[in-house]
Amino acid sequence: MIKTRIYLSFKREARTMTGKRLAGVCLLLGSLFAAGQLRAQQTFPVNGVADPREGCYAFTKATIVKSAGNVLTNATLVIRNGRIVSTGSGAIPADAVVIDCSGKFIYPSFVDAYSDYGTQAVKKSSVSRRDDPQFISNTKGAYGWNQAIKSEVNAAAIFSTDAATAATLREAGFGTVLTHQQDGIARGTGVLVTLADGRENKAIIKEKASAHYSFDKGSSTQNYPSSLMGSIALLRQTYLDAQWYRSRPEKEGVNLSLQAWNDNQSLPQIFEVGDKWDALRADKIGDEFGVQYIIRAGGNEYQRMPEMIASKAAFILPVSFPLPIDVEDPEDARFVALSDMKHWEMAPSEPAAFEKANIPFCITADGLKDVKQFIASVRKAIEYGLSEQKALDAVTLAPAKLLKAEDQVGTLDAGKLANFLITSGNIFSENTVIYQNWVQGKKYSIKDDNWKDVRGTYTLTVTPGNATYTVLVKGTPLSPALSLLAADTVAGSLSFTGDLVKVAFPVKKGSAQLRLTGIADGTGWSGTGVDTSGNNIHWQAVLSKSFTATDSTKSKPQPFIGNNYFPFNGYGWETVPTQQDLLIKNATVWTNEQDGKLENTDVLVRNGKIAQIGRNLAAGSAKVIDGTGKHLTAGIIDEHSHIAISRGVNEGTQSVTAEVRIADVVNPDDVNIYRQLSGGVTASHLLHGSANTIGGQSQLIKLRWGADAEALKFAGADPFIKFALGENVKQSNWGDRQRERFPQTRMGVEQLLTDAFTRALDYEKLGADKRKDLELETLLEIIHSKRFVTCHSYVQSEINMLMHVADTFHFHINTFTHILEGYKVADKMKAHGAGAGTFADWWAYKMEVQDAIPYNATIMQRVGLTVAINSDDAEMARRLNQEAAKSIKYGDMTEEEALKLVTLNPAKLLHVADKTGSIRTGKDADLVLWSDDPLSIYAKADKTIVDGIVYFDREKDKELRQRISAERNRLIRKMLAEKKKGTPTQKAAPAEEDNYHCEDLQGGHQHSLLGDENGNN
Amino acid sequence: MKHLILLYISITGSLAAMAQETIYPAGKQQEAVVLTNATIHVGNGQVIEKGVLTFSNGKITAVGTSVPTTGAGKVIDLQGKHVYPGIIAPVTNLGLTEVEAVRSTNDFREVGEIDPSVRALVAYNTDSKVINTLRSNGILLAQVTPEGGVISGSSSVVQLDAWNWEDAAYRKDGALHFYMPSLLPPPAPPKDRPASPNNKIKDATEKIDQVRTFFREAKVYLAQGKHAETNLKFEAVRRLFSKDEKLFIHCDIVKEMLVAVDFAKEFGFDVVIVGGADAWRIADILKQYNIAVVLKQPHALPVMQDDDVDQPYKLAYQLQQAGVLFCLSNEGFWQQRNLPFEAGTASAYGLSKEEALSAVTLNAAKILGIDKVTGTLETGKDANITISAGDIMDMRSSVITQAFIQGREINLDNKHKQLYERYKFKYGLK
Repeated sequence: MIKTRIYLSFKREARTMTGKRLAGVCLLLGSLFAAGQLRAQQTFPVNGVADPREGCYAFTKATIVKSAGNVLTNATLVIRNGRIVSTGSGAIPADAVVIDCSGKFIYPSFVDAYSDYGTQAVKKSSVSRRDDPQFISNTKGAYGWNQAIKSEVNAAAIFSTDAATAATLREAGFGTVLTHQQDGIARGTGVLVTLADGRENKAIIKEKASAHYSFDKGSSTQNYPSSLMGSIALLRQTYLDAQWYRSRPEKEGVNLSLQAWNDNQSLPQIFEVGDKWDALRADKIGDEFGVQYIIRAGGNEYQRMPEMIASKAAFILPVSFPLPIDVEDPEDARFVALSDMKHWEMAPSEPAAFEKANIPFCITADGLKDVKQFIASVRKAIEYGLSEQKALDAVTLAPAKLLKAEDQVGTLDAGKLANFLITSGNIFSENTVIYQNWVQGKKYSIKDDNWKDVRGTYTLTVTPGNATYTVLVKGTPLSPALSLLAADTVAGSLSFTGDLVKVAFPVKKGSAQLRLTGIADGTGWSGTGVDTSGNNIHWQAVLSKSFTATDSTKSKPQPFIGNNYFPFNGYGWETVPTQQDLLIKNATVWTNEQDGKLENTDVLVRNGKIAQIGRNLAAGSAKVIDGTGKHLTAGIIDEHSHIAISRGVNEGTQSVTAEVRIADVVNPDDVNIYRQLSGGVTASHLLHGSANTIGGQSQLIKLRWGADAEALKFAGADPFIKFALGENVKQSNWGDRQRERFPQTRMGVEQLLTDAFTRALDYEKLGADKRKDLELETLLEIIHSKRFVTCHSYVQSEINMLMHVADTFHFHINTFTHILEGYKVADKMKAHGAGAGTFADWWAYKMEVQDAIPYNATIMQRVGLTVAINSDDAEMARRLNQEAAKSIKYGDMTEEEALKLVTLNPAKLLHVADKTGSIRTGKDADLVLWSDDPLSIYAKADKTIVDGIVYFDREKDKELRQRISAERNRLIRKMLAEKKKGTPTQKAAPAEEDNYHCEDLQGGHQHSLLGDENGNN
Repeated sequence: MKHLILLYISITGSLAAMAQETIYPAGKQQEAVVLTNATIHVGNGQVIEKGVLTFSNGKITAVGTSVPTTGAGKVIDLQGKHVYPGIIAPVTNLGLTEVEAVRSTNDFREVGEIDPSVRALVAYNTDSKVINTLRSNGILLAQVTPEGGVISGSSSVVQLDAWNWEDAAYRKDGALHFYMPSLLPPPAPPKDRPASPNNKIKDATEKIDQVRTFFREAKVYLAQGKHAETNLKFEAVRRLFSKDEKLFIHCDIVKEMLVAVDFAKEFGFDVVIVGGADAWRIADILKQYNIAVVLKQPHALPVMQDDDVDQPYKLAYQLQQAGVLFCLSNEGFWQQRNLPFEAGTASAYGLSKEEALSAVTLNAAKILGIDKVTGTLETGKDANITISAGDIMDMRSSVITQAFIQGREINLDNKHKQLYERYKFKYGLK
């Protein structure tokens, strides 16, 4: 019975194989062990007569590049049973087939550390509000709760050889790839395979070679996570869950995903990212859990090399450099960002930048639309400064080392797999031909027809008649071109099929053709033909002079690339500014302190702090800024902002997501940082959205334009979290499909909150070996007043309710943000100890804002609350001073009190009033110099200063506009030239803009043409 | 007078606030009114210090510096306060929606792509609670506008103190609205998904062609005397061809605006562009073809990350310099109360204060075709007048103390003031 089944399966296999492949398999079957060993055994039955071969070959007289930088000339490579026996001057075994490789180069076949070869590509899911929610994984079996954690997937188990893809990869020079199923956040293990055809059993050389991760949930149809910060939280929690699972907790039962996660930890851990900041985000997760990821890079890491060095990670670099953008249509080109144009120009310099930074890296073909372009792409990287030696290392030994497979592949050392390329010359030279790619000792022809370089001068004799012609063969080894050398040189044709040759040429200019066919033999060709009169003839061509290659590796000048910008945006710096002592002279200083408004006053800034306030201060070494006729205020602080956030402001897929952190997804490249500096903003409180009751953790940043995410963060500030109430959290305006998530009413919101905090307290009581739960840990921080709540709120009933819930759990709600009915419960808020942020005058956009009034701020302030005016909108944040001024109009607030609504009061609400928010000696120099009374609609920020650094200067801004214009013009001209040359292009696409706000509806939010177009609301 | 007393009470807060429902539309102007000692901003650039303005029977009868000797009337000494023409919201769905998120309150978007016979006026709800919050900021007229589809119907100008839409109608069906399909290039396809062909631009140009075809067929239809079958859609654009109605084309980027210009050329319509975020790029062409622009949202982010950070703020100035007729607008309905501040910003970024004022008064009136009767404080025009304690375009001083529509002094109370009073009462605040 068993025997029959084996037979049948073999038959099925045999039927699907070509004869050639079958032969290859037989060869492999017979060569399991090196010569002299026991006769190889195997389980697979043989159909027919056994054909055992050892495949012993000697490649002689070759230039052998054993590894990058280790070149042997006139050397011999001996292989047997699919492995290298010797390289260099080893003896040629008697049973070896000798192949003369004079003039040829032998390289190790390339190794690609990032591939999905032989694993099924998986279709990505797209979850939208039009679908029913899915809270738990759909994967059947004893796996984990989240469908994007697929650590149980083993690429070895799903791998099957794929002849067509393998052939393409071999043509590009590869012999070995690390392949895995590129799907999910945890993707299970990768398998190291050769690109040999035939049975998978032989192609696999390392069953579990790596473990893979990404931020992309791939085919998961589950709602969670929907945001980048959710993906990060899921990864962090899974590390904790897996640690806990090691003790096999009974309540959990069997969890194969966590089991696999733990099992996979000892492997090289590879993390795929799409961008430089994601590389750092991944590395940070690794740091937290003692894992050093190998980063599969996104391609723009060159923009932040110091950070890449600091990550201490090794990288897998793509060479899928962007195509030039088709900018012929000027009105379409208008919407292409300068940063996208610059990226096109600079991207090929990424590998060179890594070499220069001395960061270990290898190069992958992954991401290339056409793998055939691989060597050309590497060559491009070389053109942009990558050394040839490093390039070769990056496609051979470096990936082998990363995968701990350098004992098998990566060099041509004895004992390793016989994976090598035979080429016509330097692998990275433009005209070099790969003749053969040997994988596990088996030859795969690439351009075998051109094995012999036929170029040279020939004497061609025709009989009868003994007419003699001198023909010259030039061109490239791949496509030789023949011409007759006579009084007039006339072009002919020459082509080969294997050893068969075909020649035709006119005997003189304008005459009929001499048509010849024949065979190549040693140093020439001979055969039969027809002369110009139609008579049968014989012919013979003898090489009289070999072709001597002129050095084609003439070094091209390195292409020009523009300067890097920090951040990578038109308004970025070429050099990040540093602190400088400043003296602002003779301004009207709005202190926000007891002193009130001081006329004709100087403010001295030293080491980023306000050092002195007074009249006629001495400048010393400080740079003097004339404030005559101008007004100096503390920088504006936006209590409620959603700028500078990458890929999702809401993880609204569950009602409680206290585990997610805006801190993980701060985006330093957002131009809105610069735009808001131009409106006098110096700090922004970045909040999670309002799609769920307990949202994510907030992040306070200072607008240090040019700094990276960590340096943007307001150091030492108390941590906060976003809560939300009302229509958004009960999904009132989410469409008919979204009616399942608890809560759907304000009644439910109270229970949800009570349940969450109760669970947290119960959790706290658990023993030391408990599963660390990031969500509940965060809730405990709130209960213990180590983390503070900013709550999106509108109507009085829910505000009242939340304060009661907080009272029950003995903490305070710190801030109710855009609390439009705060005026109705201001007395209760005061009793509770809550502060308030509000819109100045928004209302009517949904049911719960029907009673919103522009007198809200005034009433709350007069009742005694700390009140801020917040933006929740990237445009309005640029005019927060004007929004504050509306409280003068609506409710007669004084100007000085109105200014505090956007400076000192938000600083108080955020617990940073000891550092910023007013002009007082010792505080941070976060200042704005206004052209006019800061509450006036006519006032503009002339200079915006953070920590004593002028980050926005209206004069400097003028220069930047000119620089943008000039740089755009330069790059547009350059791309037009590329298109004219025939380089393929990509379509002009509008720059992406992420303009988030926590409202789902238009409300008072300003539309943005590009943001709306890209569906980023 | 009764209203004035009530208004006084409401402002001082000496009595409990009254309900919205008792904010009555004012009766016809009974006696002449003489405003003295006023800073009169005429709306055409002229400012008259210590000015005198007289109006009776709803019309302005005199504007100058000397008190008219003839004719009795009520004299109001403004003590230097600022007098402005009533501000006009040129494109809004005011009165066509009450609570934006609540579908049953929304009456501005009809189904269908070409709906020229649809009229916004008949859905205009004079009892919307939002209207009073606009009047109290000096906005006295609004063009209520349908949205949606491609040709979404016609808009009418209403005055904001009326019992019903018939009373409110100020200029009926003055503009037909064409929402141009976007010609912005489609976004780059995601890197990790198979590229699917994006036919966005082709689809958009086809839709535009359908509109062109519609007008071509309408033109032929309208030239015929008799029809076997009546086509109401064609009939609805008769006034467009006779230039009794304007074509408002909603679009923002250059290619879209060039299409708009082309419509003006082919059909001879009076074309107005609504939106015009990129109008600065082709201001000369707009000037050449006399295309006016309603700047939909000056308080906006720049279109492109590389654009000047203040590009939307200075756009008005750029059009002024190029000689293009433009006015300022605001998206939405409740937001219209901030129109004076849009003008303030335009002034901060280049316009003179009086030019900025014209951008929300006279220019709007011209574009809406009502400049013969309103938009400035000139003799013979309707007495649509706003009085502010200070500069109306600056939040610090923009406090409206009185307003008149067609000479009728309107009640400036609103829901917000009433709630303010209610909670001042609760907390014992003065």
